[in-house]
Amino acid sequence: MAEVTLKDVRKVYPGNVEAVKGISIEIPDGKLCVLVGPSGCGKSTLIRMIAGLESITSGTVSIGPKVVNQVEPADRDIAMVFQSYALYPHMSVYDNMAYGLKNRGTPKAEIDARVKEAARILAIESFLDRKPRQLSGGQRQRVAMGRAIVRKPQVFLFDEPLSNLDAKLRGQMRIEIKKLQQTLGVTSVYVTHDQVEAMTLADVLVVMNEGRAEQIDTPIAVYERPASTFVAGFIGSPAMNLMKAKSTGEAGLDLAGGGSVKLREMSTPEAGRDILLGVRPEHMSPAPETDADLLLDVSVIETLGADTLAHGHVAGGKPGGGELVVRLPGSTRVNVGDRLPLSIQPGMAHLFDASSGRRI
Amino acid sequence: MIENAPIRRLIAHLVLVLGILVVAFPIYYTFVASTHTLQTILRPPLPLLPGKEFFTNYWQALFGGIGRIGGVGVDRLLLNTTIVALAVAVGKICISILSAYAIVFFKFPFRMTAFWLIFITLMLPVEVRILPTYKVMVDLGLIDTYTGLTLPLMASATATLLFRQFFLTIPGELVEAARVDGAGPWRFFKDILLPLSRTNIAALFVILFIYGWTQYLWPLLVTNDNQMNTIVIALRKMISFADADTEWHLVMVTCVLAILPPILVVVLMQRWFVKGLVESEK
Repeated sequence: MAEVTLKDVRKVYPGNVEAVKGISIEIPDGKLCVLVGPSGCGKSTLIRMIAGLESITSGTVSIGPKVVNQVEPADRDIAMVFQSYALYPHMSVYDNMAYGLKNRGTPKAEIDARVKEAARILAIESFLDRKPRQLSGGQRQRVAMGRAIVRKPQVFLFDEPLSNLDAKLRGQMRIEIKKLQQTLGVTSVYVTHDQVEAMTLADVLVVMNEGRAEQIDTPIAVYERPASTFVAGFIGSPAMNLMKAKSTGEAGLDLAGGGSVKLREMSTPEAGRDILLGVRPEHMSPAPETDADLLLDVSVIETLGADTLAHGHVAGGKPGGGELVVRLPGSTRVNVGDRLPLSIQPGMAHLFDASSGRRI
Repeated sequence: MIENAPIRRLIAHLVLVLGILVVAFPIYYTFVASTHTLQTILRPPLPLLPGKEFFTNYWQALFGGIGRIGGVGVDRLLLNTTIVALAVAVGKICISILSAYAIVFFKFPFRMTAFWLIFITLMLPVEVRILPTYKVMVDLGLIDTYTGLTLPLMASATATLLFRQFFLTIPGELVEAARVDGAGPWRFFKDILLPLSRTNIAALFVILFIYGWTQYLWPLLVTNDNQMNTIVIALRKMISFADADTEWHLVMVTCVLAILPPILVVVLMQRWFVKGLVESEK
C-alpha cells in the first residue's frame, strides 16, 4: 500500500500545448481520488502520467516514498482499468488475468490461486474459459477489474471505466467498485466526467478545468463550498444558479437582471462590489411572501416525480435576465405563470468575485 | 435474399456450370493426356477418357528422370520449387511483419522516411532492378543456389503495407495494457501481435506461396544447373519446338504435379481464413 503524491506536475505537448498546468495532489494511503472535469481538461493526461504512459514534462509523481517519473509502467506497481477495457481478444478470461503475472515470473500455482480468488470476488468464475468477445459489456468490465486485482498493486488507476456501460449497469458497477476499493484498501485514482460517479466514489475529489485543479477537497466540501464558479456549475445537478449582482452593503444584493435578493446569516461584501451570486436549486424553498428573499415568475415546469423543477426569472427583472431553477418537493403544485415567493435557506448562498470567479 | 423463381435459378445455375466447365475442362484434359502414351497424344484426336498409362507415366516422370532436362526427375523439381516457394513466403512474411512492427510501434528518427522508402519500392517490380540484382548475385557466387533463388524476392512492400494497415487498427489502449502488464517489445510481439495477425499471415502465406511457386523470370536467370530448376522453368525446358522431340505425356504429368501443391495450400489454408474471419467478428 502506498500514498500517491503529485508535485506541480506539468505536461506540455509538442507545439507548446500545455495539457496539464501544474497540479499537486496528495492521495493518502488506501483512499480513492477522483479526477473530474469536462473533456479536454487534462484529467486523462494526468492519470496516464501517473501510469507512466505519458512522459512528465516537469514536476514529480511519487508512489510511496519513491519518485517514479522515470520508471516503466510495469515497474510502478500499478494496475490500470481502461475505458475500452483493452482485454486481449485472443486470450481467454483466465489468460487475460494471468498475463501480467506470467510476465513477472510469478509461479504457476500462485497465478492460479490469485486468478481464482479475483474471479470469486468479481463473480466471473463461470466464464474463465471464455474469450472476451463472448462476454457482455458488464462482464468485460469485471474481467478488466480482475486483471487489475490479481496484480495486487500499490495503486489502481481507473480511466473512465464505466463510460461504455448503460446507465443501470453503471450504477451497479459504481457501487461494486466502491466496495471493492474499500475491501482491498488500495490507493486509487479514478477519472470520470460523470459528477455522480465523482461524488459517490471519491474520498478526495479533484475538479479540473483547462489543465488546472480548480478545487481539491472531499466531495461534500466541494458541494458545500465550491471554490469557483466553474466548480459550482460543474458539481450538482441541475447546476447552481449564478446571477450577476452588485452588493448593496446591507445584507442585500441588486441583481444585474433586475430585482433584488436579501442575504441571511452571511457576511455581505462591501457595497458596490460586482459579484456573482450562486444558489443551488435545492437550497431555495417556497416561503410566505413576507419572508421571501426573491420572487420567481415560473415559465417552465419539469415534473420528475420525486422533485419538481421550476424554471423562471426573478420578478421585477427584465425578461431574459435573472434566470433561475429551483428544486421543489415532488408534492408541490405549481403552474406556469405563477409568481413563487422563495427564500434562500440560511447560509446557503455562495458569493463569487465577478471578475475572477473565485469564492469570496 | 430468398427468391422463388425456378427459371431464373435454373439459368443462374446453368451459367455457373458453364463457367466451371470452361475453367475445369483444360485441367481435366491435361490430366487425361498425362495418362496416355506419347503416341496416343500425338495421334489426334486425343481420347476424352483417362488411359491406362497413369502409373507408368507418373513413375517415370517422378523417379525416372526426364531426358530433356538432363535426366532430373520431377521429384527434384517439386522439392526445389517447394523450398523456393516456402522460403519466399516465410521470408517475406517474417521481414514484412517485423518492419511493419518497427514502423507502427516504435518511434525512431526517419521513421516516416523508412516507411516511404518501403512504399516507393512498390513501384519498382523485380524486372526493373533485375540487372543490378543479377550482378550482385553473380558477385556473391549465389548463382545456382537456393539463397540466390529466394533472397532477392523476399523484401516485400505489399506485405509490409498490409501488416502496417492491420497494426494501425490495433487500439492504443491494448498496447498500453500490455505495457502495464509488463510485456516488453518482444513479448508484446510474440504474445499479442502475432496471435492477432494469424489470419493476415495465413492469407498472405497463400498469396505469397503461389507467388513463389509460379516465379518464372528470376529462376530462369539464376539457375543454369538442371538440378536447381524449379518446376515452371523445367516445364518450359521440356517443350521443344519440334512436337516429336517433346515428351508430351511427361510434360502433362509435370503440369498436373505442378498444379497440385498450390491447390493443396489453398484448400488447407482456406479453413484457417474462414475460421479467422468468423472469429475476428466482434
